[in-house]
Amino acid sequence: MDFFTRHRNPAVLVLALFLQVVGLAVQVKQPTDRGPVRLVRLWGISLMVPLERAVVQAESWVHQGWSDYFYLRNVRRENRRLQEQNLRLRLELVRLTQDAGQAQRLQALFRFKEQFISDTVAAQVIGTSGSENSRLLYIDKGSSDGLKPDMAVITPEGIVGKVIRVFPASSQVLEINDQASGVGALLEKARLQGILKGAPGGGIMVHYIMSDERVERGEPVVTSGGDRIFPKGLLIGWVQRVDPGPEMFLNIRVKPAASLDRVEEVLVITRIDERQPEMIPEMPLRAADILAERLPSVPVKPPAPATSPAGKPAAAPGGAATSAAAGVSGSPVSGTPEPTPGNRPAGPPVPKKAGTP
Amino acid sequence: MQLSVTSSEEIQVYRLGLVVTIGVPLLAIFLQAYVPVYLPFFAILDLPLLVTIFFAVARRGPVSGLLTGGIIGIVQDSLTRQPLGLYGIAKTVVGYLASSLGVKLDVENPGSRVLMTFLFYLLHQLLYQLVARGLAQEVLAWRWGHMLIGGVVNAVVAVPLYALLDRAKRRG
Repeated sequence: MDFFTRHRNPAVLVLALFLQVVGLAVQVKQPTDRGPVRLVRLWGISLMVPLERAVVQAESWVHQGWSDYFYLRNVRRENRRLQEQNLRLRLELVRLTQDAGQAQRLQALFRFKEQFISDTVAAQVIGTSGSENSRLLYIDKGSSDGLKPDMAVITPEGIVGKVIRVFPASSQVLEINDQASGVGALLEKARLQGILKGAPGGGIMVHYIMSDERVERGEPVVTSGGDRIFPKGLLIGWVQRVDPGPEMFLNIRVKPAASLDRVEEVLVITRIDERQPEMIPEMPLRAADILAERLPSVPVKPPAPATSPAGKPAAAPGGAATSAAAGVSGSPVSGTPEPTPGNRPAGPPVPKKAGTP
Repeated sequence: MQLSVTSSEEIQVYRLGLVVTIGVPLLAIFLQAYVPVYLPFFAILDLPLLVTIFFAVARRGPVSGLLTGGIIGIVQDSLTRQPLGLYGIAKTVVGYLASSLGVKLDVENPGSRVLMTFLFYLLHQLLYQLVARGLAQEVLAWRWGHMLIGGVVNAVVAVPLYALLDRAKRRG
């Protein structure tokens, strides 16, 4: 007792460290990543998440109020730019839909099963782990929104990570650049499969690609679907650097497509369907139809009398123009003749990079 | 830079109000988790460590220092994916040593605060790495350059932060 009184402070230190080491040892022996969440962790998260949600919400209101009601400079110019972009994208869509149709017909012929993202939930990032050794994000959607562990988290630019823990109104997302993360990856051109892992400094690397393979800088890296979390074909990033690695493998550093350090909004894939693609019919819409929408239209004239006094069909002055306008505008006007190989305009060889028509 | 040894009679022990004792560590952990969403480089700071050092030095009680460090560390651990106790153990030791140091040295002037924070930051990182590798079997890389930069940044930020927190101190 006398010893304890004299060395009270070091004794308390040893006791505190001993308790924490024992606690740590118990956790390491029984990893609980998939099991119930420890109470201390739950308290910590319950303490921080409401604060983070409140701040994010307040910030969102202020931002919306400012950008929707006050800061409307350049809106007209932006609108014009978006209209032009919309036209370009629609032309691109025509070309891509035809390519997709062809691919799907081939897939259907080979009875190939494809994965489709059929449901997503949009979520806002409300916090991080605050530690450089643990690349985690907290999002404002949880089990009450249908989220479950092991769901993929993406942005339109590329993949971000996967859900590892779910709470009623928030979830923990493990980013792909965490060292504990692992994603099935495919080098798109070389068709080589590897495993994508986080590097110590926050980068991402593809592992297990043999050193005698040829991998080029800038090559896209996509998900392989092998991990059963991310559907196949989502963009991860681009090869940034290739070095000879340990043993017989290459060290392939990848530049992530999504800006992992600055993710503010994400999509959580809540359902992936696996089905055989259906044969899609020929595209009813042609690039020429889209381009024709920009032409000045000719007003439709009232119908002329059916016959002339001489009994011949009336040569309505506007008739030819009207039918031409109806033809190019693409509106389903009854009576417009079906295009034949003779009268059909040279259709969809759409310019690859459609500029201003 | 001046580090002066003072007798225990000269040492002034401070008290911190309940709101400050609970609110400041919580705010530090909140900022540590929230700000990097918008400013990624903010993650190099360890605000909870700076608060641990400040509280330990101000109170000058080793037991209260180690308990403050331990609790702040475990709350910080709860937000990570790693086992609970990595930050807890590192901050317990730092809290204990900082309060022991506060009893023996004058740590009120900015020069000694910079040096003290720099050294405690390095010690904290070292302990974290040792515990993470040795006990939790985590695979972490030694990034000496990053660690030194982190030490300098934290030491520089500590001076205005401690000056701000000094206003909350009351003589015990």
